[in-house]
Amino acid sequence: MNDMSTEGYTTADGRKIGGVLMEMKNITLRFGGVVAIKDISFDIREGEIRAIIGPNGAGKSSMLNVISGFYVPQEGEVWFRGYRRGPMRPYQVARLGIARTFQNIALFEGMSVLDNIMTGRLNHMKSGMLAQALWWGKAEREESENREQVEKIIDFLEIQNIRKTPVGRLPYGLKKRVELARALAAEPKLLLLDEPMAGMNVEEKEDMSRFILDVNDEFGTTIALIEHDMGVVMDLSDRVVVMDYGKKIGDGTPDEVRRNQDVIDAYLGVAHD
Amino acid sequence: MPTEILYGVEVALNGLMAGVLYALVALGFVLIFKASGIFNYSQGVMALFAALTLVGIMEGQVPFAHLINAIFGTKIHHFGWEVPALLAIALTTIVMVVFAWLVQRFIFRHLVGQEPIILFMATIGLAYFLEGVGDLMWGSDIKTLDVGLPQGASFWIEENTAFLGGEDFYGFFIDKLDVVAAVVAAVLVAGLVIFSQYTKQGRAMRAVADDHQAALSVGISLSFIWVLVWSLAGFVALVAGIMWGAKSGVQFSLSLIALKALPVLMLGGFTSIPGAIVGGLIIGVGEKLFEFLIGPMVGGATENWFAYVLALIFLVFRPQGLFGEKIIERV
Ligand SMILES: Nc1ncnc2c1ncn2[C@@H]1O[C@H](COP(=O)(O)OP(=O)(O)OP(=O)(O)O)[C@@H](O)[C@H]1O
Ligand SMILES: [Mg+2]
Repeated sequence: MNDMSTEGYTTADGRKIGGVLMEMKNITLRFGGVVAIKDISFDIREGEIRAIIGPNGAGKSSMLNVISGFYVPQEGEVWFRGYRRGPMRPYQVARLGIARTFQNIALFEGMSVLDNIMTGRLNHMKSGMLAQALWWGKAEREESENREQVEKIIDFLEIQNIRKTPVGRLPYGLKKRVELARALAAEPKLLLLDEPMAGMNVEEKEDMSRFILDVNDEFGTTIALIEHDMGVVMDLSDRVVVMDYGKKIGDGTPDEVRRNQDVIDAYLGVAHD
Repeated sequence: MPTEILYGVEVALNGLMAGVLYALVALGFVLIFKASGIFNYSQGVMALFAALTLVGIMEGQVPFAHLINAIFGTKIHHFGWEVPALLAIALTTIVMVVFAWLVQRFIFRHLVGQEPIILFMATIGLAYFLEGVGDLMWGSDIKTLDVGLPQGASFWIEENTAFLGGEDFYGFFIDKLDVVAAVVAAVLVAGLVIFSQYTKQGRAMRAVADDHQAALSVGISLSFIWVLVWSLAGFVALVAGIMWGAKSGVQFSLSLIALKALPVLMLGGFTSIPGAIVGGLIIGVGEKLFEFLIGPMVGGATENWFAYVLALIFLVFRPQGLFGEKIIERV
């Protein structure tokens, strides 16, 4: 874990981390008088699992929203795959290959699990509307390719038995999993997870941790995640950004930030499970 | 069969056809409401505007002729050509798509995230604006619309149903135009269902109807989908306008009749396409039958209020409509 500046590094468990995939430079985000993010810079490297942690209201979700285009920062630059990204709408960011889940879950409640995941593939569908409506050869092939990909993800996340269930009827933990499935269906370069394990019981958390590691391992997906559970963060992530009151107070490996005095202070007296 | 019952059936059949038109207008409302939460008061005026434009294009009318003449002292009214019906319908469709884009670009894009009541007010403004534009563009005289649809009583139906009754029954009297309207409406609805279930854009449309945030996160452009649904609603309005125009001429009262779609929506639920159709048919049949059976006892003209009273009864006993989801207040 030494030369992180240019060519990437090798993790403790022997995974090769590549160059910079996404870089945030001096980001500042304000809501009226509230400064949600104050002049924060950090990068995300190809293939790594990057965690963003911090007490409630620290600005973690805001940061994820900036990355995914839901919020537009007043100051700073966002670089992705070597290019500076101009102001973009969320759907444009999604089309760049950045998928996400939400802290409060945003699913299509009226659709089945399968249909929900299928929407994740909308950007991989090219056939014209008419061709699809009339089910012509190419469109049909495309549809079955998309189906295959979706089935793969369904198997991967072990949700075969609920594929036809309307999402609105699922328990919370499964909804979180379906949301992950939909994000994965887009085959993203970068996957953003906002508290993927919040509100889950221990067993569900273990499942989710395993899925996140497997996604990173098998698909090589770069992941940035927000998590409150320190144990989980330490287990999962390669590097951690710590935020407090909109400022970055720590950045490094789990071990490094755990020893960081500012981080310890920020977490003192703040109740976390 | 007793002749009275047969007459009742005939009345109901005729009502069914009126209902098809109500259903078409209601369908336009539902499309926009589902995708954007906007209750589009101008849907009826859109039907009027589409029909006016269609007639204008077919007859080679110069748009804004009065305005042009007033400013430049010219006396132009017509280009001097006539456009075949199918081509004119295609051109009118393009006009409705442009209209959809303009509405999105210049009105609703600036109102994203506003209260529903504000969006509703905007559509009221839009309705009057569009009515004025229609007037200015094409003139306010009543126009006949003839796109070549079969019209007049169907003798075939009459002859083949005459055996149902006795000596004094000559068979059902049904306008061919009504049958055509029903068939066209059925095809239109089937087309919309196929579109929304099996195409990329249809999927995106359903996604937007369900959750905006989630739709954005999978790369759907909300404004594109809104232009799309307004275009579809515009096309549905055009179809309704053609049917209505062919039946009773293109005139400005069309936008008022279209308000009958309101009780239809209360019956069918604001977010249900099957609801719009069934609701339209129920109101169409209901008001004709009611007039036939009860009308004579109360002095007639029940068609003016029947739909609204029925809707009111529904509001009290089943506020979510026939097909809407049950509204349960979360506490
Ligand atoms: N859309 C918004 N409008 C106004 N203020 C906002 C908005 N989003 C976030 N904020 C404010 O920005 C600050 C940071 O919020 P944010 O949601 O990013 O925190 P967080 O670190 O994700 O917290 P939590 O752990 O509770 O999810 C808070 O003060 C919040 O009130
Ligand atoms: Mg948050």
